[in-house]
Amino acid sequence: MTTQQHSENNWVDICALSDIPPNSGVCADLNGEQVAIFHLKSSSSNQVKAVSNFDPFSRANILSRGLVTETDNNHFVASPLLKQQFCLTTGQCEQDDSMSITTYQVRLTGELVQLREA
Amino acid sequence: MSKQKIVVVGNGMVGHHFIDQLATNHGDDFQIVTFSEESRLAYDRVMLTSYYTGNSADDLALATPDAYDAQGVEYHINEQVTSLDRTNKEVITASGKKVSYDKLVLATGSFPFVPPVPGKDQPHIHVYRTLEDLDQIAQSAKSSKVGVVIGGGLLGLEAANAIKQLGLQTHVVEFAPRLMAVQLDQDGGDLLQRKIEDLGVAVHCEKNTKEIVKGESCRYRMNFADGSHLETDTIIFSAGIRPQDTLARESDITLGERGGIAINDQCLTSDEDIYAIGECALWDNKIYGLVAPGYTMAKAAVSHLTDGDKVFSGSDMSTKLKLLGVEVASIGDAHGNTPNSQSYSFVDSASGLYKKIVISEDGKVLLGAVLVGDSSDYGQWLQLALNKIELTHPPEYLLLPEMDGEAGAVGGGVDALPPAAQICSCYDVTKQSICDAVADGATDIGAIKSCTSAGTGCGGCVPLVTQVMNSELTKLGVSVDNSICRHFSYSRSELFDIIRVKEIRNFDQLLAECGTGDGCELCKPAAASMFASLWNDHVLDKDLVGLQDTNDNFLGNMQKDGTYSIVPRVPGGEITPDHLILIGEIAKEYNLYTKITGGQRIDLFGAQLNELPAIWKKLVDAGLETGHAYGKSLRTVKSCVGSTWCRYGVQDSTTMAIDIEKRYRGVRSPHKVKMAVSGCARECAEAQSKDFGVIATDNGWNLYVGGNGGMRPRHAELFASDIDDKTLVRYIDIILMFYIRTADRLQRTSVWMENLEGGLDYLKEVVIQDKLNINDELLSQMEHLVDTYQCEWKTTINDPQKLKRFSHFINSDKLDDNVIFTDVRGQIAPSDKYDLATEI
Ligand code: SRM
Ligand SMILES: Cc1cc2nc3c(=O)[nH]c(=O)nc-3n(C[C@H](O)[C@H](O)[C@H](O)COP(=O)(O)OP(=O)(O)OC[C@H]3O[C@@H](n4cnc5c(N)ncnc54)[C@H](O)[C@@H]3O)c2cc1C
Ligand code: SF4
Ligand code: FES
Repeated sequence: MTTQQHSENNWVDICALSDIPPNSGVCADLNGEQVAIFHLKSSSSNQVKAVSNFDPFSRANILSRGLVTETDNNHFVASPLLKQQFCLTTGQCEQDDSMSITTYQVRLTGELVQLREA
Repeated sequence: MSKQKIVVVGNGMVGHHFIDQLATNHGDDFQIVTFSEESRLAYDRVMLTSYYTGNSADDLALATPDAYDAQGVEYHINEQVTSLDRTNKEVITASGKKVSYDKLVLATGSFPFVPPVPGKDQPHIHVYRTLEDLDQIAQSAKSSKVGVVIGGGLLGLEAANAIKQLGLQTHVVEFAPRLMAVQLDQDGGDLLQRKIEDLGVAVHCEKNTKEIVKGESCRYRMNFADGSHLETDTIIFSAGIRPQDTLARESDITLGERGGIAINDQCLTSDEDIYAIGECALWDNKIYGLVAPGYTMAKAAVSHLTDGDKVFSGSDMSTKLKLLGVEVASIGDAHGNTPNSQSYSFVDSASGLYKKIVISEDGKVLLGAVLVGDSSDYGQWLQLALNKIELTHPPEYLLLPEMDGEAGAVGGGVDALPPAAQICSCYDVTKQSICDAVADGATDIGAIKSCTSAGTGCGGCVPLVTQVMNSELTKLGVSVDNSICRHFSYSRSELFDIIRVKEIRNFDQLLAECGTGDGCELCKPAAASMFASLWNDHVLDKDLVGLQDTNDNFLGNMQKDGTYSIVPRVPGGEITPDHLILIGEIAKEYNLYTKITGGQRIDLFGAQLNELPAIWKKLVDAGLETGHAYGKSLRTVKSCVGSTWCRYGVQDSTTMAIDIEKRYRGVRSPHKVKMAVSGCARECAEAQSKDFGVIATDNGWNLYVGGNGGMRPRHAELFASDIDDKTLVRYIDIILMFYIRTADRLQRTSVWMENLEGGLDYLKEVVIQDKLNINDELLSQMEHLVDTYQCEWKTTINDPQKLKRFSHFINSDKLDDNVIFTDVRGQIAPSDKYDLATEI
């Protein structure tokens, strides 16, 4: 099943929010690109964040399976392989200034998670 | 100026200490040459007995060729110095070498005294002093059932312990009316005898061995002066030591009346170019049979050679030991020889406790003490006696500290100690040095050990060192920060208690209760592990899944290309042909790489996330379970075939390994836990390298704890001997649960044991004596974990909600096209594009 629902302004329906367990991620196929989407849930809010699924250090497509961490209200994903952390808002690597990953536009429409095509 | 040439005869503990001090601090000024008649350089004779319980000769080594080479020390082993030529200032060796010296140091130690009993020079009759002696004793033990130690002093009892470990029926024969006659009074000796007899060692006091003749039921018969006799296969003489003073004697250096090389406060002999240090030296007509005074002598000699002013002015002979598992200590004037001193004693025969104190005439100062059964007061009392600290309470309070609430209060605690008080006698470390180290930033016991050496010898001073350190830290206003991370200002064990007592079941509750922010890579997996250790809910439950680290997250070990490995549990390494065939068929069907692991089971590599459920369904349907290769939990219980097949096996180690593996499978802990069961002392299952090692004996099992392979290997320590199946499981239950409760995150049992204040002895008190009164609780927690075990994969494949995550894409069924394999020796392997990985 590879049907992708196109809505207005290039927003593509990906999955239901309930498909992403709180404070963890899934990987979406966006026209052949692998996008890691994270569901950040705290007592007061539900947010979604999206970055590339490709880990430039291990060269594997696995960032969606990393652990979500927080420092001073910024959220990061820690690579499950070699543990480098990437900011979920900017894509910047915490341990290596010269490394960053692509970020994607993502939003919640009701219970629906949507990614925006470039 | 040319270097002074120093020749050191004897490379034992003290000779080496001298060389090390001189070479390290004044290496440029001296050329050092040392001779050892033994086949190796100095080793830790104090720990000699541990050679039987896991330490190799290399572990015991104090000096190594590499270190000497680096220090420029010239050494000759297997080379006895046979005479001295004082006129030409030369030493002559057995092989005819002549070596000149500017200054000579005699550090020839002592030799065991063997009384002239007829029949003493036969095979299987030994002394207990060197590694070679121990090798020979072990050799004799193989053809012996019964062993006798002649001499019930410190060393004799230690030797008795050793041959008991070797599986011999053990007897101690003592000439005096009581054991440890030098240190203990009659009451103390009697109590020690009872305790030792309870452990199965027969004690015969007031026996004078007249002759050793051929035996009837054993190899030898010992005939005693009172007409009685004892049969035995092997004998160890431990009837005292004599200073090795032959070289000095033959070259007319002044000796004491009863031997020993006479020295002054600078450790100089009657020849002003010759020093004597260690057990061969006689100071003020006294021989010191302990290592600490020898070290002080070594320092005094070094000081004299280098124009320092350190002298040797006698030493305290207080000792604390554990003999056959019984704690014994003696301090200062234990026999009350000081005129008009008063003695108080406390005897509790039921629990086997004996304490005696000797107090000065005015009742103000502790002069000496004897402790049997529990020596936990030793450190404090020794300080009271050595520093003549005035008692703040009536002396009897010392014996019954409960009357006062806190024992330390009697003498005012560590704060009452003067700065010069010696805290560590092995390395002569004062309270001041420890305080200085703390002021310079050492805030944990490891740091103190590495910058002062305190506590790195016999270890007996560690509790006291810790007290001094903590008291200093408090004074400096430093609260030791062992918070788990920035989100919780608690240590792991504190968090564990909070979770347990408040019955917290998920991370949101925990944050609300005692944390801030949203959590991180440190606290989340730690919390997940603690929840699992207490409540045992499925790790992929909705509230828990976001906490799991890489491998728990998908119940598989992620490989470098993002694929997973699959490890079914193979309890004890025992597997049926059908299961082997099934594993092979699955590997073929899914094109997986197969390898036998180091843990007696089979690993299948290269499965994509989507494939995991189907593969596990096949395994589970055939009765296989998850092996938790991904969990910080029990990994494998390695086994050997044991008595079922092996001609040497004395117990059924395979069945025991399987039972244990099934009992603890799935139990999550601070780090992974490995176990093994060997069917006899040959130890084919390598149990002594495991967190929990079990070795079969004729009478049951020996349990070892705290072993580790991996990056810093550590031999496990013997925790209990000859225990039955039930006791074995009970002990493991309690220790494992206590470890789970108190260890730091990702701390293996080895490091946990090393950091556990009081170490193995303390652990025994907790487990065997239930000192903390928590065993029932720990046992019932373990029972809960055993009862609520589930195969995590079985549950997962039956839960559609959980299965949803096992797909590479949430919005498509495609596989990850970035996973590319090459072929290596006919199987798949990740393509080399992953080799660019760097680790941080
Ligand atoms: C597969 C195996 C190697 C093999 O091909 O034989 C292996 C593979 C890994 N070991 Fe190991 N270890 C394996 C036996 C061992 C052993 C030997 C043993 O268990 O008898 C040791 C030394 C014994 C010990 O632990 O005391 C061992 C010491 C380690 C260590 C170092 C632990 C330490 O305390 O120093 C790590 C790193 C860690 O855990 O932090 C490690 C970590 C790993 C990890 C989990 C690294 C990782 O996170 O990816 C590897 C996972 C591979 C996988 O996907 O399964 N592995 N590893 C062995 C699996 C045994 C099993 O059936 O479960
Ligand atoms: C089983 C056991 C347990 C012990 N437990 C403790 C304890 O708990 N606490 C404690 O304080 N002490 C203990 N001791 C005592 C401690 O080991 C000694 O006090 C210490 O080893 C003395 O050191 P040393 O260098 O004087 O003598 P040694 O260590 O005996 O060294 C002397 C060395 O010189 C060699 N030598 C002698 N003559 C010659 C020669 N002519 N040429 C070349 N080499 C020669 C000897 O072979 C030996 O290797 C124990 C001893 C034993 C045997
Ligand atoms: S030794 Fe290192 S590389 Fe080999 S399996 Fe173990 S962890 Fe992996
Ligand atoms: S007293 Fe032995 S290590 Fe400190």
